[in-house]
This record gives sequence, structure tokens and C-alpha cells, in this order.
Amino acid sequence: MSVLGRVVRSGVGRRRVQTLVIGLTMTMAVTAAVLGGSLLVASSAPFDHAFAREHGAHLSVQFDARRATAARLSASADAPGVAEASGPFGTATVTPHTDIEGMGGGMDGGIDGVPMTVVGRAEPHTGVDLVALTEGRWAERPGEIVISDGSQPFPSLGRRLTFPALPGGPTLKVVGLARSASRTGDAWVVPAQIAALTPHGRGAGYEMLYRLTTADTAARVAAGRRAVTAVVPAGAVSGAQSWLTVKKAADRETALFVPFLLAFGVLGLVMSVLIVGNVVAGTVGAGLRRIGILKAIGFTPHQVVRAYVGQALVPAAIGTALGVVAGHLATVPVLSETANVYGTGGLAVAPWVDIAAVAGALGLVAVTAWAAAWRAGRLRTVDALAVGRTPSPGRGRRAGRVSALLPFPRPVGLGLARPFARPARSAAMGAAIVFGTVAVTFAVGLSSSLAEVMEARAHDAADVTVGVSGPRNSMAPGAKSQGAENQDGESPGAKTQGAKNPSAQAPGAAKETEADPAAITAAIDSQPGTGKYYGIATTQATVSGAAGVISVVAFTGDASWGGYDMVSGRWIEGPGEAVVPTPFLTATDTRVGDTVTLNDHGTAVTVRIVGEVLDTHHQGMEVFTDRVTLAAAEPDLQVESHHIAVKAGTDVAAYTDRLNTALRPLGVTAENGRVGNNSGTVAVLNSLTAVLTLMLVAVAGLGVLNGVVLDTRERVRDLGIHKALGMTPRQTVVMVVTSVVMTGLVGGAVGVPLGVALHGWIMPAMGHSAGLNLPESVIAVYRTPELVLLALGGLLIAVLGALPPAGWAARTRSAVALRTE
Amino acid sequence: MTTPLIELCEVSRKYDDGPPALHDTSLTVRAGEAVAILGPSGSGKSTLLNLIAGLDRPDTGTVTVDGVRVDGLGEAASARYRRDRIGMVFQFFNLLDDLTVADNVVLSAQLAGMPRGEARRRAAELLGTLGVDRHARAYPGRLSGGERQRVAVARALMNRPPLLLADEPTGALDSASGEEVGALLTDLNADGQTIVVVTHDPALARSCTSRTVRLVDGRITEDVRPEAVR
Repeated sequence: MSVLGRVVRSGVGRRRVQTLVIGLTMTMAVTAAVLGGSLLVASSAPFDHAFAREHGAHLSVQFDARRATAARLSASADAPGVAEASGPFGTATVTPHTDIEGMGGGMDGGIDGVPMTVVGRAEPHTGVDLVALTEGRWAERPGEIVISDGSQPFPSLGRRLTFPALPGGPTLKVVGLARSASRTGDAWVVPAQIAALTPHGRGAGYEMLYRLTTADTAARVAAGRRAVTAVVPAGAVSGAQSWLTVKKAADRETALFVPFLLAFGVLGLVMSVLIVGNVVAGTVGAGLRRIGILKAIGFTPHQVVRAYVGQALVPAAIGTALGVVAGHLATVPVLSETANVYGTGGLAVAPWVDIAAVAGALGLVAVTAWAAAWRAGRLRTVDALAVGRTPSPGRGRRAGRVSALLPFPRPVGLGLARPFARPARSAAMGAAIVFGTVAVTFAVGLSSSLAEVMEARAHDAADVTVGVSGPRNSMAPGAKSQGAENQDGESPGAKTQGAKNPSAQAPGAAKETEADPAAITAAIDSQPGTGKYYGIATTQATVSGAAGVISVVAFTGDASWGGYDMVSGRWIEGPGEAVVPTPFLTATDTRVGDTVTLNDHGTAVTVRIVGEVLDTHHQGMEVFTDRVTLAAAEPDLQVESHHIAVKAGTDVAAYTDRLNTALRPLGVTAENGRVGNNSGTVAVLNSLTAVLTLMLVAVAGLGVLNGVVLDTRERVRDLGIHKALGMTPRQTVVMVVTSVVMTGLVGGAVGVPLGVALHGWIMPAMGHSAGLNLPESVIAVYRTPELVLLALGGLLIAVLGALPPAGWAARTRSAVALRTE
Repeated sequence: MTTPLIELCEVSRKYDDGPPALHDTSLTVRAGEAVAILGPSGSGKSTLLNLIAGLDRPDTGTVTVDGVRVDGLGEAASARYRRDRIGMVFQFFNLLDDLTVADNVVLSAQLAGMPRGEARRRAAELLGTLGVDRHARAYPGRLSGGERQRVAVARALMNRPPLLLADEPTGALDSASGEEVGALLTDLNADGQTIVVVTHDPALARSCTSRTVRLVDGRITEDVRPEAVR
């Protein structure tokens, strides 16, 4: 082995603690970098990537099976502009009933789902639209069904779906959960199953999936649709969906979360760079005396640099390798959850993320070590020896004198003065704490904000909701519908949330039952404990200046308490007034105070916009108004649900039971209004937040750990003196931990406002990405006690980082310490 | 006859695979004695001192100081023992460079919880007695070697310990300063302070101690009582 090699080996072996810290730091930093980089990659056009990966359908067309044969439809694959096609797949639209007990949603203990399009498809991974299985397996025989992840309430493997409205009431077992980027179906069965899911009197449908030679604009997709339509019998096309429509909906959904994950990714990368640089520079800097000795025995500055770069790279390489492994272990579940958020499947760590993380980390170590060693190598030998023996005694003396006067036990005073003796090191530790505190503050704020957004989206302030008509009213809270585009233009990606979320009903959904509204309100009025309530009716209209159909939600009674968060303006106070979401204002180029004219069933209805409300259903193309506003246009518009707030002190469950008893003869049910709101997404984001925050806090803690390790190693002689004078282990721990208390407090005090500022910048950006202005309730989520606790979080990071070296300092034997100069 | 202040009974201490630093060593020191431990480098002098100070533990044998079984103490108890019963003076002073002379001196008292005013008064008194009070607000780096060792002695006496241990107290000093420190130790012993001095300087041993213990290869080869020395 060469002399240089021996020096490197002995340096690595002798300085085990610092070697360990470099290795550990690199492990954490590379883990954070792989995770952060993967999140950045996953957050970059998630739909486009999923669509490309799954060979998505540019155009999916539904056909009426009574008007076209499968053979004719197969021939449409040769239509002009069609590059590839799959199908025809048999389809059926059905409403399932799940076997969940005790959910309180159905009459018999189970719950009804939302209508869904079931596709008969034998093989998910061939042709166009490669459906990605997220759990379980594909349907292999009749009696099995694969559900689109998130399309039904409480989807899970093994659950049984029954279809009581169908002949023979077939039952299917859920054997898999899957995602289709093209969203070409809500569920899949084997082709032979479709016949059993086709109701009497209705013809079965077919679905064809096409990839077009050019499909980058709506006009080109429309041309493809025309070409397909031209080769099939007239009237055979019953519906069609452009991938651009799906993309728009998907992008709008994911846009809300992209800045959130981007922010964490960037924070992870920045912290990795900061901590690695800090650790390596500090470690090399701590070896000044050894460098002086090497120079004294004849090492050239170049050899010193090479020796120290090598000495840093050995543990760094091991740490990096471990970091890649740990990064994958940490990233896979996070990406899985990210895929849930983005509604895509199969996210994986991109190989170039690994390569970039490894190259970046080792490059950073090499450069930092080179710079620090170069500086040391250029020092005069005598200076290096002198500097390395003890820290400059001139620094921090004033702080030391002041600390001696403080009314604290002496170990506390000694610790408090310590940061002033090594200001640069303290600043580096402070920076790590600042980043850690920023991350925690940001995460806490985002979590609160997302909860607010979800609550605001759900409009579920009511204690009890009574569904009156239609399948929507018996649907469980939190359910999402991802069906194919229907005739009224509702996008497949739009979420519907049942009775608690009345505005979200799929337009055109059949209203299967009708109950007497007056009898229902009479039953509600007669119930003891009824506080206030309002009713909701929905309809559709067009609006001047905007293309397509919009959803109109009409209220009876005051709904201002119903969970409609105002962004600006005020809630409706009477007929002729309306509140609308931000996308509506954007699409119609209007603002609060303007008037718009709705065309409701041929009647022009003019409303004045009095407020901007947070709402994301129907892509924000909704109008909320009083039912009287629509009286002229739709005098028979029926209330579809009632939303009740009970009086204070009323037992909601007992109230609901009593009300259900009263309502049973009317064929409608009441359910608790606050069962949950999109809790799945919130849970995913909260768990993502927790994982990412923990990671960043750990990296920050390592930054502190390294600083304190260097400090205690450097001051081991002083420690020995203290102990020889009678400093107990506990006093030693107190002194070492106290040395980071001020840094922790200052880091926390600086980090919290920065975290709040970052949150204040990211949240509106998240909203704007989704085309929304967010109300103050979503952005101003921090409370003073919470901020104080978060600031103390900086102290906690500092103390946790300082405890291991403090323990080491406490255990060091005085005799050993005094010998270690 | 006064009771023994230090009792080492068949103490052995071995480091790693090397020969024993101390081998079945027994030693008794009575209160008021001034004992010099002499011997060449590597003979086990500092190990002996460390064992008495509770800075190290024997592999076998017992160490009892002022009635305390030092060899069985944990780290915290050992620290309290040093704080209350031992004053230590080192060859290289071991003053903390970033504390003033006064702050160095009061440190051990503050660790013991002595009220600040009382500690300051005691430090001022000691610094005055030892003739370095004019440097109270200075930092150790600005003092001469002899002055630094005086400060170290002041710090060692701060808690009025029954035993003062000195490890080569003149090893880093010029001869004049060395003589000053030797005279200081003699004065302290004359006032009743028990002193154990580790040194390889026979002149220091003669000038300030009344008993000489010689160590060679971890064994006591000579224990000269006062009558023989004088």
C-alpha cells in the first residue's frame, strides 16, 4: 500500500466517530436526495408520464350494441388517422351494492355505490390502455371483478358487490384494484360476465380504445372521432372521451398537490447539499493538526489534499451506497402513496435519479473536502500545528465572561458561551436547524391547509343529511366517481361525493326514486333537536360567455353555514344572487359584482355574482343560488337532499335514528353528515408529510450531531479538565446540550417565520395551479401557540442532535480525555 | 499517630497487552504527609496518581481515600469525590484558555454548587495568597508558566480538599519558577495540607516532601520515611 493509502486508511480508522458521522450523514442525505428527486420526477407531468407508460387511449368511444356489431367496430381500427385500436370490449352501466356492515348508509347494513361503467376485458396488459393493477390480480373468471382504485366507496380486495337491480342479482368478488390513466372504465370483468350485468330491456354497449396518429389538440382528436364515426353505422356512437379531457381533469386534480411535493423534494435536496458540505468541511477542518504533522514530515499540499479527499470519500461512498438502498426502501412506499394522490399507477425510482444522487453526493464530498483540505494544505506547517491543537482562544471570551455572571449553574453558563467560540460551526448547525424547522413548519401548515381544503371541498358542515332521490343520495361519503364521460360533459375525473356533496352529482344521472318533499320537511320539522336545515336541488344550464353545460345548485333556506368557504364577497342572501367558484369566474371572465345570464331550459335567468366560493366539483363550473331564482325556469325543480344542523346538546346518532324511523315510510334515509371527507387523500398526504418531515428533521439532527461531535472531540482536553475538577456526567451532558440551546432557539425562531412564509407562498401556488383562489381559512392556518411549539421544535432538533455526543462526552474517562491532546 | 488518608492495597493496573503499569502495589499515606512519588518514565507514577484521584480504576486491589472506596465509585460519585476531597495540579496546568484566571479558579467550587459570592471571595483570597491576584481578570495564555501553575494550585485548593495531588508540577517550568512552586507546596504542607507529588525531579522531592516513594516497572522499590530523608 502506498504511503498515501496508509494515511487514508489510518485516518479513516482512527477517526471512527467522524467517519461514522460522514457515513451516516451521506446515508441520510442520499436517502433524502433519492426521495426528493423521485418526488420531483413523479410530480413532473404525472398524467403525461402515466399515459405514456400505459400506452393510453387518445380516444375512447362507446357504442350502442344494438346498432353496431363487434365485427363492424373492429373494422374501425382501420379508420383514417387511427394508429392502433383495442376492442371492442363489452360494457354495462350498473349500480353496485357493497357488503359493508355497519356503515349506516344502506337500509340493510350495506351501502349502495355509484353507477359505474363495467368493461369486459380479458387481458389488461395488451393493446391500448394498459391497465395498471395496484392490488390483487386481474379477473380470470365470471364472478370476479377488478375495481378502478377510488371509483367506489371503500374499495378493497375480497369485498363482494351485488347488483340487486339486475336479473338474478349477481354477486361479484373484488379480486383486484387497478388504475387506467385513460380512465376508460370504472371496473373490469371477464368478457363473459358482461351479459349477466346487462339489465333487461337495455342493450349492451361496446367500447373501443384508439390511439391516433396525431392527438395533440382537441381538433385532431375530434377529427379522429369523426373518422371513427364515419365507418360505423349511423347512431352507433353513444359517447366518446378525449384523452385531452381526461388530462385536463387529471391535471386539475393533481395540480393541487404538485407544488406540495415539489417543495418537499427541493427541501430534501437543499438540505442534503447543506449538511453534506457542512459535515465534510467540518471534519476536514478538524484535522488541521494532523495535516500540520503530515506536512511536517514531508507531505506536499497536493498529497495532503488527495489524502483528505480520499479520507472523506471512503465513508462517503459506503454511506452513499447505503443511502441508495435506504432511499429505495423509503421511496417505494412514498411513491406508491404519491401514485394514489396523482391517480396514476406504477411510479418507480428513475435510474437517473440514483445516478444523479450518487454522482452529486460523491462529487459534493470531493469538492468540499478538496476545498477544505486545500485551505489546510496551504497553511504554513507551524500554523496548521498551532491552529489544530486548540481553537482560537480569542473567540467567545466576552460571551464566556458574561455567561459566568448569569444566574445559572456553571455547566449551563459554560454551554451557553460555547457557540461564540466557534461561530462558523454554530452558524452551520443553525442553518441545519433552520431548514429542519422550516420543513416541520411547512409540513404542519400544509397538513392543516389540506385538511381545510378537503373540508371546504366537501361542504359537509351539516350534522345530518337526508337523501331524497337518485343513486347519489345513498352513496357513502367520500366516494369518487371516475366513470366515462357522459352525454352532459361531466369529466371522468370529476369526483362526486354523495348527499353531503350535492353539487357533485353526475349530471344526467338517473333519478330512480322520488319522495314527497313536503313530507320529508314535515318529518324533519317534527323531530326534536332539529336546529336549522336547508335543501338542495340541482340542475344544469348554460351560461353566456362559456362553453358547455354548467351545474346549478339551488338552495332552499340559508346554506351559508353548510361549509361553503368564501374566497371573496359574501354568501347569497336572496333570489337573483349567486356565488361561484374561481374557475367559473375565470371561464366567464367575470368578477364578484358582475351579472351573468343562465340559460335554464330555454329561460334566461340573470343572477348577480355576490361571492367567490371554494369549490372544485365539476371543474369549478358551478353556480350556487337560491331555488327561487330558478322558479320561472324550473317551477318543478325538486329538492334532492336536506342538510340539517341539530340543536346544541343533541345526540346526533340518536337524532338520526329517530329521523330514519320517521322517514322509513317515505323510502329515504338520513345519515350522519360528518362521517369523513375524502379522508383517503388527506390520510395519504398526511402520511407523506410525516415521512418527508421525519426525513428532513433527521438530516437536520445529523447536522447538529456532526457539529457537536466535532466540538466535543476538539474540546476533549477541556472536558477532561472539567471532569478532573469534579464535573459529573450529568453536568457534562447539561453543558454539551446547553451549547446548542441558543442555536436551537435562534434556528427555531428564524425557521418558523420562513416556514410560514414558504407555506404562504406555496399554498396559493397550489391553488393557482388548480385554477383556484384559496380562502383565508386555508392559508392562515397557523395559531400562535402552534407557532411557539414549532419554534421550540428547533430546540428539540438541536437537543436530539446533541444528546449522542453529550452522552459520549459524559462517558469519556477523565484520564483518557486528559491524555488526548 | 494520625489515621491513614490514603490506603492502596495490592493494586494492579494493566493497559491493553502491555506489562502492568502497577503490580500489586500497596501504599499508605497519613494526613499531613507530603509524599513524592519518584520514578522513571513509564514506571507507573501517573497511573498511581490517577487511581488515587479516581480518574482511573484498578484491575485488582482497593483504593481508599479519606474513608472512601475510590475503586468502586461510578462516574458521578467519582466526580463528586474529586470535587470534595481532591485538588489536582498538572504538569501543563490544564487551565481553560477561554476562561479568565478568576473564572478558572472558581470553576470547581461552582460545579460543587458553592454560592457565587462565596466562591468569588474564596478565589480572591487564594489568588492573593498565591500572589497572582493581579491577574484575576486576565486569560491564562498571558501568564508565565510559574504564574499559571500558581493559578492551578489556587484552583486545586478552592474546595479545601484534604488531599492535593500534583503531577509533575514543575515539569513545564523553568528552574526559578519550579523552585517557587516547590516552596509553595512546602508552605501548604506546613499548614497541614496532605500532598502527593508525582515527579522525576529528586530536587523537588527533597525540597517539598517528607517522604519519597520510588516506583520502577509498576512496583514500589523504595519507600523512604522522613527520618531517612532528613
